[in-house]
Amino acid sequence: MKAGVRRRSRGPLLVVPSALWLGLFFTLPLIIVILISLVERGRAGGVRTPLVFTLEYYQRLADPLYLSILWRSVRIALVVTSVCVLLGYPLAVFMSRSLVRVRGALLLLVMIPFWTNFLVRTYAIKLMLGADGLVNSLLVSTGMVQAPLSLLFNEFAVVLGLVYGYLPFAVLPMYASVEKFDGRLMEAAADLGANLRRAFLRVMLPLTLPGVLAAVVLVFVPVVGAFITPDIMGGGKIEMIGTLINRQFGVARNWPFGSAMSLALMVMVVIGVLYYFRSGAETERPL
Amino acid sequence: MIAARRGGPVVLRLGRLALVLNAVVIFAFLYLPILILLIFSFNATRSVAHWEGFSLAWYQRLFDNVSLLRAARNSLLIGLVATVVATIFGTMTALGMDRFRFRFRTTFDVVLYLPIVIPEIVLGISLLLFFNLALFPVVEAVVPVRLTLGLPTITIAHIAFCIPFVYVIVRARLAGFDRTLEEAARDLGANEWNTFRRVTFPLLLPGILGGALIAFTLSLDDFLVTAFTAGTASPTMPLYIYSLVRRGVTPEINALSTVLLAASISLVIVSLALQRRS
Repeated sequence: MKAGVRRRSRGPLLVVPSALWLGLFFTLPLIIVILISLVERGRAGGVRTPLVFTLEYYQRLADPLYLSILWRSVRIALVVTSVCVLLGYPLAVFMSRSLVRVRGALLLLVMIPFWTNFLVRTYAIKLMLGADGLVNSLLVSTGMVQAPLSLLFNEFAVVLGLVYGYLPFAVLPMYASVEKFDGRLMEAAADLGANLRRAFLRVMLPLTLPGVLAAVVLVFVPVVGAFITPDIMGGGKIEMIGTLINRQFGVARNWPFGSAMSLALMVMVVIGVLYYFRSGAETERPL
Repeated sequence: MIAARRGGPVVLRLGRLALVLNAVVIFAFLYLPILILLIFSFNATRSVAHWEGFSLAWYQRLFDNVSLLRAARNSLLIGLVATVVATIFGTMTALGMDRFRFRFRTTFDVVLYLPIVIPEIVLGISLLLFFNLALFPVVEAVVPVRLTLGLPTITIAHIAFCIPFVYVIVRARLAGFDRTLEEAARDLGANEWNTFRRVTFPLLLPGILGGALIAFTLSLDDFLVTAFTAGTASPTMPLYIYSLVRRGVTPEINALSTVLLAASISLVIVSLALQRRS
């Protein structure tokens, strides 16, 4: 009985430091964002004091200009996620089919970019596409074009930069799933008369879906709110929601509008992730 | 059926070829830019496109660059403090959540996962607003000091986003934990503290180290949250690299990138060694 009482009181004690820290430096700041999004801005940044309540900034989100930026962010995130999954899944299959020793080396090759500073990698891909980068040098020296093409600062460059940045994030969870998949199930499906396509769609894909869904979340969430890649690869010309929010806290000095936009982004992402958890739970049940 | 059998091997062979090609293209795509970056860090002139001879001049300049060294020192300092605090708090939380039932436990579990899934930029601006519009005014009203953003606020923010990652990793390790080992230790007369020190902790150690490694990397690499909580006085390494990259392309950035690349490759190897041991 005494032990029981001690057990009950010890649990909360262990979580108190984290609970306090996250309560003060995570939950409370989020509540303040909600509050700030509902009051008028100050003249030179900050908010107007005394606080004046307004819904103006949420109404402004519906402005076609901002809706189009929001839509572009979602569209770019969908394209990048699809490309990462479509390229990453076959790579995961290839890795899991390799000899054990090769597999370790391949895994290392995927993990190195994963752990490398994101700015460094974005800089590397920017170098490739620059006026005297490798792509243009090849194009000019083979005579395919007369003068270097301007490959940077457009939507394609942003998408390419994002795929470059997040492909390893897609490969790793899919590899974890595909590696656990028992290849003999495909043989069984073939023996039962299924062709390759049917065996893949009905057996392999459903069983490796948790990995695919994890890849989707790991790529979509950071890409939809990305700042570094659109900023560096887009050169200020390709506005995404991340760069727009950043601008509200920089030159535009409109903290309430930036807060409203952040909340819109957060709600979008959290709904997406919840949807993922529900569909993930459904696919795991038949196993 | 027979047609399918006859077509099978050809389809499979084509499929295998496609898999190999896909892998070759992806690894070329991932590594060619890094390779070029690395090569031109040794270039003798300012060009990052035309090879003019081997030189270590750009590395020499890195080590003479005072603001770069200060940024590196800031990053390491923040990374170490954030890692130690987040690892201790995260591990304690994982133990508490795994072994005890208490009120608000489920709610807290959600709060612990949220920082991982919400966009980084939202974390960044929420902390900026919190420090500037809530914490600083309140503290300044009580104590006569003038507070600004700087190294302490960056560290506070990093601890906050590192705790959940440590928690998730240690919790996963606890999920496969054989509790009978602890019971055996208790039966053999070890008290609670000795059981933890001699049995639980050594078994958890790979998970704790893995969590610490993730926390350290996240802290060292973080740009967005840092940018919003740094103010103007104290850049970290990513902030410094960002300002360089914005200004243009120089072999000096290539050299710096190569140094960081070497550091992350060593980190990967350490983490793989840790996984192998566990």
